[in-house]
Amino acid sequence: MTASITVRRQKIRKNHTKKRLFFFMILAALLMLVVVFAEQICPYDPNAQIFSVLEPPSAAHPAGTDRFGRDMLSRILVGLQTSVLSTLILVVIITVAGTVIGVLCGHLGGIVDSFMMRVSDVCLAFPGLVFALAIAALLNGGLQNAIIALAVISWPKYARIARSQTLALESTDYIAAARLAGDTSAQIILRHILPNSAGPVLVTAILDIGTMMMELAGLSFLGLGAMPPTAELGNMMSGGRSMLQTYPWVIIGPGIAIFIAVVIFNLLGDTVRDYLDPRNSRRQ
Amino acid sequence: MRKYVAHRLLQLIPILLIITFLSFGMMRLAGSDAVLQKMENTGMVVSQEVIDAARAELGLDKPFLTQYFVWLGNLLRGDMGTSYISGQEVFPAFISKLPATLLLTAVSILLTVVISIPLGVLAAVKQNRLTDYLIRTASFLGNSMPNFFVALLLMYFFAIRLGWFPVISREVNLQNVILPSITLAIAMSAKYLRQVRATVLDELSKDYVTGAKARGIRFSVTLTKSVLRACLVTIITLLTLSIGSLLGGTAIVESIFMWDGVGKLAVDAINMRDYPMIQAYVMWMAIIYVCVNLITDLSYRALDPRIRLGGARI
Repeated sequence: MTASITVRRQKIRKNHTKKRLFFFMILAALLMLVVVFAEQICPYDPNAQIFSVLEPPSAAHPAGTDRFGRDMLSRILVGLQTSVLSTLILVVIITVAGTVIGVLCGHLGGIVDSFMMRVSDVCLAFPGLVFALAIAALLNGGLQNAIIALAVISWPKYARIARSQTLALESTDYIAAARLAGDTSAQIILRHILPNSAGPVLVTAILDIGTMMMELAGLSFLGLGAMPPTAELGNMMSGGRSMLQTYPWVIIGPGIAIFIAVVIFNLLGDTVRDYLDPRNSRRQ
Repeated sequence: MRKYVAHRLLQLIPILLIITFLSFGMMRLAGSDAVLQKMENTGMVVSQEVIDAARAELGLDKPFLTQYFVWLGNLLRGDMGTSYISGQEVFPAFISKLPATLLLTAVSILLTVVISIPLGVLAAVKQNRLTDYLIRTASFLGNSMPNFFVALLLMYFFAIRLGWFPVISREVNLQNVILPSITLAIAMSAKYLRQVRATVLDELSKDYVTGAKARGIRFSVTLTKSVLRACLVTIITLLTLSIGSLLGGTAIVESIFMWDGVGKLAVDAINMRDYPMIQAYVMWMAIIYVCVNLITDLSYRALDPRIRLGGARI
């Protein structure tokens, strides 16, 4: 009796999560559409300095204009494109690099494993953003270098997850069976270990998109990421810092854009995690 | 016990060596140094000989490894070098900025504890009710705001619109510390609150809570006397872990509010490629971080005698 009720409840919950997941996926897809077609949908040329400067939001310029007389809405859209695409590139880099390192460490063991894990210890033993700041500065700023800086400090988390997954899988009977059947290491890794350890790594990756976007924008805000005149949300806000008192829209517009994008990615991440791990969702 | 502490402090040495070596190496790779940066900033066109002379003066012309070992040797004699930009000695300059950062950190942690622990416990107790949803939504939104945006919004509303606080903190005092520490506390509380809620919920689902209820013990008594006590270890661990992110966050927030602490010093040094200063900052971060972790481990022991020091490590 109680058992069947619990099962039914779980089913309802799962269905509910499925609906939420579907909804947030659509939302994220819409955001991605805006990002990909930013240049097509922005009302004006984002770099054209043709309007009167620092106009407050109006019907013609819903987000106002900046100090060079550029349309803010167009710049926000293009800036969003820069921010989101570079974040996605960053997340792909750390996911792939972390997984490759983690799986290899778990599979090979020995010196390689202990060396890489000590390196990751050092990276994890250190407040990430500070290190990223220093690396980005030492590499002389620029969007590409900001991505490298954040990648250098962020891969260990993924390597840890992939490694522990690999270690758990290595001790299962079916891997032993595959090995007995004559599979090579490469075959075992590609056919069994990678597909089976992908889940947790992917969830972490999706959950990280929002944070990474904020950190990347933070580096740009400090002048260590995308350089003007490239429109990027962080450097747009940094450029408007001195005008906060009299022309707040120059800052608030890009800020809201980052906020909305991060909220969408975080909602998607939370829901994906709930969907794949229902046990966790009750507690979190 | 003493052996354990000594062992942990000894671990600092390799960590510091690796970190300073890495940051030194990256400075070499960077291609631009303090001399070039200084010329760029002043906008002067200078001949190659002048640049070379300035480099020789700062020791930047020697091979990388020589530079590193010279620096390391000086460090062992307690000399962290002089700033390339201001010519001040690094160590005193650094120490003089320290109290401001410590004040900011302490106030932020205090605010975080005051905000997040009561709200986290409340959300757990009222699980899936309106209160819980409101608290969780607030924490979610707080988590999705970059801290520089929070800082600028707070500045706009409380300093510019309402005029309650000065826009730029000229001196280090309690009135000026409020906005920067609220900024840091918002980001930290948003993360921490979720973890507190999860920990308390975990504990509430244990059998002894049901048992206490069956025996007619008031819920408030169970909560304060057993549940919260049991959660304390986890809650403290999570708090100290978040201090790491706080230390990283101070750099950005300090430079927005012009708070005169080590974070701002570091950002300025980074922008000017003032390597000795950056090195000092990087080392300071590593030392603090290792010490915070050590204190966490020791406080476990004090709070829960079952835990053995130096036992299982992940």
